[in-house]
Amino acid sequence: MSASPLFEVRDLRVAFGRNGTYAEAVRGISLHVDPGEVLGIVGESGSGKSVGMLAALGLQPEGARVTGSVRFDGRELVGLPRRELRKLRGSRIAMIFQDPLSSLNPVMTVGEQIIEAVRLHNPDMSRHAAADRARDLLALVAIPQPDRRLAQYPHEFSGGMRQRVMIAMAVANDPDLLIADEPTTALDVTVQAQIMEVLAELQARLKLGLILITHDLGVLAGHADRVAVVYAGQVVEQAGVDDLFARPGHPYTRGLIASIPDMTVQNDRLFSIDGTPPALGQLPAGCAFHPRCIAAGEICRREAPSMREEGGHAAACHFAFAPSETIA
Amino acid sequence: MTRYILRRLIAMPFLVLGIVTLAFLLTSVTKGDPLTAIVSDRQMNNPEVVAAAKARWGLDRSLPERYVIYVGNLLSGDMGTSFITRRPVAQDVLYRLPATMELVVAAMIVGATIGISLGVLAAYFRNTAIDHGARLFALFGSSIPVFWLGLALLYVFSVQWGILPGPGRLDARATAPPMVTGFMTIDTLFAGDFRLFLDALWHLLLPAFVLGWAVAGTISRLVRANMVEVLSREFILTARAKGAGEFRVVIRHALRNTLVPTLTVIGYSFAYLLTGAVLTETIFSWPGMGSYAVEAARGLDFPAIIGVTIVGGIVFLFTNLLTDVAYVVANPRVRLG
Repeated sequence: MSASPLFEVRDLRVAFGRNGTYAEAVRGISLHVDPGEVLGIVGESGSGKSVGMLAALGLQPEGARVTGSVRFDGRELVGLPRRELRKLRGSRIAMIFQDPLSSLNPVMTVGEQIIEAVRLHNPDMSRHAAADRARDLLALVAIPQPDRRLAQYPHEFSGGMRQRVMIAMAVANDPDLLIADEPTTALDVTVQAQIMEVLAELQARLKLGLILITHDLGVLAGHADRVAVVYAGQVVEQAGVDDLFARPGHPYTRGLIASIPDMTVQNDRLFSIDGTPPALGQLPAGCAFHPRCIAAGEICRREAPSMREEGGHAAACHFAFAPSETIA
Repeated sequence: MTRYILRRLIAMPFLVLGIVTLAFLLTSVTKGDPLTAIVSDRQMNNPEVVAAAKARWGLDRSLPERYVIYVGNLLSGDMGTSFITRRPVAQDVLYRLPATMELVVAAMIVGATIGISLGVLAAYFRNTAIDHGARLFALFGSSIPVFWLGLALLYVFSVQWGILPGPGRLDARATAPPMVTGFMTIDTLFAGDFRLFLDALWHLLLPAFVLGWAVAGTISRLVRANMVEVLSREFILTARAKGAGEFRVVIRHALRNTLVPTLTVIGYSFAYLLTGAVLTETIFSWPGMGSYAVEAARGLDFPAIIGVTIVGGIVFLFTNLLTDVAYVVANPRVRLG
């Protein structure tokens, strides 16, 4: 772990207001990514993992209140003027999203969209040079026949090819950090692995810091260096990926691991965590997870747990790393 | 694409025949007796005069006979002779059509420009004073009748304040340039008279605005609704994540996506504009098809009424075709074969 992380989020909070009352969707997330490191962020839909990362780049929905600190390469992003943020977005920090069909502009050719990404941050580059760059980028993400493909519209691409275009667009300006928000969720299972492969290869080749947001812990197993588990707007566990799988400290993480289908074991029913995550602004008292927790005790109903750390492995559970944790 | 246009063009004569038939039949079922337009009241009692007039205008023939003769003549470009002007209807209409087209096109430009701008602003600044103002503007435009608006604006801007010219296409003292296209703004340029061009443009401003306001209102509401929807789509987030500025996000990414439905409405508003032109032309003494149609209707000038209807119908057919072609050009997801 180096002294200064590439990207560091501290106590990030995002609140949505209606009629003067605010409800926090992100309740103080802290995490960091080192240069060239892959951080996985895992959590259910609505846990605040996407909103948090969008807000870190100033892309929160209208009317959201963002507080806390987001530092990129030593620079504070929260409260940075829009112009300055814009210069970073797409150049040093890039993002790709879940559904590549709705994430691409349907009435612009793929070429136009990639060239735009290039030229937004290189205004002096000629259209011709930008087109050359676009061609190289398509080759980089292994899209054959780049010349023909550039002149086509998104609807003429398959789902996997579209996501490759999104990736090409994201790495157009050699970013330091790529935030991939559920990059494979909307794709066919067979294509998911291919896209992960493209991402992993680019990450290694371009030495990208990569934040991989997903609800599928299984995706992270082979690809992340570290994992942050998010529940109800907070990071509940953070650890190196092997450590996390070997020794999950939070019952929620244990639940997530248990619900990964295991091909080697003959099992009729897949494990699932009972209940649903709390709705926005309707948090239970004490630990936010206790109503769904099979190991919850008296203290969990009264007191929200703080992070306990043990050798770079942190978990927000009253019973984390306790010797009696064999309950689950 | 070419095949599609060809197919539409081939269908065109049949549609025109439909319009002709309808216009002809509708005119013949009206209660008005065209004879009153031809023969003076005093001569009405003179059977010889009446019989002669009937024979002269073919009114003694049966309806099917008249229809066949009319369609036959139409094939050679003959739309009959006007009862009132005593000139060939085709000639009258061709002479007046450009004036109407100039007015309608100008109104369309005014309406589309104002409508799209207001719609974009209202969507981007939704639920602010700008949005409410745009809504009010649209409401006025579509609820105030053209004839009232025309008279009111003419009174305020021309009579009271004197900052805009009165009715007509040119200053009353000016001599019109030789007719080339019939578009005053173009013909004055052909004649090389720039001051006359400005005068023509100046005279066009108020009637075009009066006629275009309602269209601006409709378009602004449609653009606003579409923009609000498009601005919430994910590719807008992608554009922002790429580092695009707000202006680029709104104009290049969002507006381009709302253009498809907007084009359709602009195209179809043509019919409204043609109808609205009738009243606007009457108020602004605009020598176009509209004022011609009003005179024809007043005087039961059947050949003129049918002629105007047919020409209006053909113009409408062509703008529809143009709209559909524009629709395809703007929307890459539609492929016509």
